[in-house]
Amino acid sequence: MSFPTESNSLPIAVRVWRGTSAGGSFEQFEVPQQPSQTILDVVTWIQRHLDAGLSYRFACRVGMCGSCAMMVNGIPRWTCRTHVNKVMRDNQLTIEPLRNLPVIKDLACDMSEFFEKWTDSKGYFQGSTTRHDPVSTLSPNSPQRRVADAATECINCAICYASCDVVNWNRDYLGPAALNRAWSLQNDERDSASAERLSVVAGDAGCHQCHSQQGCATHCPNELNPTASIAGLKRMVTKAYLRGELPGHGSKSDA
Amino acid sequence: MLEVRLYLAQRASAAIMAPLVLIHLGVMIYAIQGGIDAAEILERTRGSLFWGANYGLFVIAVSIHAAIGLRNILREWLSLRGIRLAVISWIFFAGLLTAGLRAVAAVVLP
Repeated sequence: MSFPTESNSLPIAVRVWRGTSAGGSFEQFEVPQQPSQTILDVVTWIQRHLDAGLSYRFACRVGMCGSCAMMVNGIPRWTCRTHVNKVMRDNQLTIEPLRNLPVIKDLACDMSEFFEKWTDSKGYFQGSTTRHDPVSTLSPNSPQRRVADAATECINCAICYASCDVVNWNRDYLGPAALNRAWSLQNDERDSASAERLSVVAGDAGCHQCHSQQGCATHCPNELNPTASIAGLKRMVTKAYLRGELPGHGSKSDA
Repeated sequence: MLEVRLYLAQRASAAIMAPLVLIHLGVMIYAIQGGIDAAEILERTRGSLFWGANYGLFVIAVSIHAAIGLRNILREWLSLRGIRLAVISWIFFAGLLTAGLRAVAAVVLP
């Protein structure tokens, strides 16, 4: 398959990380420039034309599935929606696996801990009604619903997780995505696990570890603001504590 | 529960420190206008309940605030956990409190 190349344009010098968490190094490739070319196109071109052994992950190619995130010139990005001409510097690209996650091979990370933390923070809806009960009526204009809506649309790409220095420092920290999810559920009037979830996010791996550096909000491709969600959780936890409503919580390393 | 308590203690101590720092700076700028020496300062502070309470409260707030901040740094940068983290943080708190209260006593006690 051939693509039209941009006239008079030099090939892109691409450094790609090859290896695993145990070790590896950068490998240099030359990739022709093409119109409307994305970073994912570049990686795919390398795999199809230069090195079939290059490992990476993608699925939808339209910014919905959240599986193709990588570090591009040091910044975490969704590669299927990142155009080369927006991020390339001096005709060079450096592509690495996402920061803060173990590398399975080359550009493919092991996302297990990222998703396990969603479960740890009770990032799932827990209802108290059955199919025999009437359907809940929620006003889309209620303040609580507006807050919950602002925190949805997360595609689980782990870009916020990769951009977070607190995750880098404290491997137990639940991270921006899991806490953002917890915040949206805390504002869901139908959810019945609010007290349990609050006690988890108040733990020593929870919301109080956030320094509000806003790396997550800066890099979130869907322009969510996990920092604001975490600040909301801090307020919610504080109010519950002052009212004596915060139950004892599970602590991984009480200190 | 510990994280919530530390979070509240650090913010409460910051809220106490902020006006005290402003009082300190304001009085210092005002008092130094005509020139002032150590003897004149001590003349005003010795036996003063106001300055004793002002700086005593400031020292307590600083000790709490700084010890919690240091605890966070030790945990993140040196990965300290458990009893070691608690002991170092408490020692730092006690050291700051002792040194600070000694300094307050030196300028306030008659």
